[in-house]
Amino acid sequence: MEIKPCVNIRQEWDIVGARQLGREKAKELGFGTVDQARIATAISELARNIYLYAGTGKVYFETIDRLDKKGLKVVAVDEGPGIRDLSQVMQDGYSTSGGLGAGLPGVKRLMDTFEINTEWGEGTEIIAVKWVR
Amino acid sequence: MRIPILKLHNYLLISIQIDLDDQSAIQFQEDLLNKIHKSGATGVVIDLTSVDIIDSFIAKVLGDVVTMSDLMGARVVLTGIQPAVAMTLIELGIHMQDVQTALDLEQGLIKLRQELEG
Ligand SMILES: Nc1ncnc2c1ncn2[C@@H]1O[C@H](COP(=O)(O)OP(=O)(O)OP(=O)(O)O)[C@@H](O)[C@H]1O
Ligand SMILES: [Mg+2]
Repeated sequence: MEIKPCVNIRQEWDIVGARQLGREKAKELGFGTVDQARIATAISELARNIYLYAGTGKVYFETIDRLDKKGLKVVAVDEGPGIRDLSQVMQDGYSTSGGLGAGLPGVKRLMDTFEINTEWGEGTEIIAVKWVR
Repeated sequence: MRIPILKLHNYLLISIQIDLDDQSAIQFQEDLLNKIHKSGATGVVIDLTSVDIIDSFIAKVLGDVVTMSDLMGARVVLTGIQPAVAMTLIELGIHMQDVQTALDLEQGLIKLRQELEG
């Protein structure tokens, strides 16, 4: 089995580390520059959310290489407070930290698939995939 | 990491050449405002040609820099935003409506001169 590239998010600078590694993976897979920027931006948003709201967590990457399609799967997991009201956080402009509130709805638009599993008090897992076109 | 701020007549010129982490972005905001205060600059060009990612945090810092500089009497123009970055920003839902932009540093300076010197 392939070892998954993984970035631990513990300090602010790890956000940059995560998006740089993600961009590298995206490049290797053959994504164009615009998709590379989309993926790197999405990772940056997810990693920052971990840093801001959960304190620590990790972001890891899985390359999907099937006969019919190739893609990059980004998984962001933490054992932070979780999200109480999912529909609320998916609204543009909703933020509990004075941010633009663009992060999560933005990631959903930047990537092709987007899934959140979260439990209040347990943590959050976000899985997003981008397909190579 | 500190971002160098150059002075040219009444203008300040900045070319961002690093992958901006949050701390460097905030530091830059502070440094620029101090420099505007000290130099009495009336115009600022921030060149983003080498920046290949702007996420919501950096966008917020840049937007704030523009508003704050404006309050201090200095007009800011952002230049050289890469196509991929522009597309990503819009998809993120960030429109930066009140921000002046130009194609490159030279055009940015021309724009400032037209606006400030009539
Ligand atoms: N991993 C997480 N754990 C707990 N809460 C989270 C997590 N990620 C996001 N949230 C909650 O969802 C809200 C919306 O997140 P989103 O990223 O969309 O906006 P933001 O981080 O507040 O602002 P921006 O990302 O634009 O700077 C956050 O304010 C926070 O309350
Ligand atoms: Mg966020």
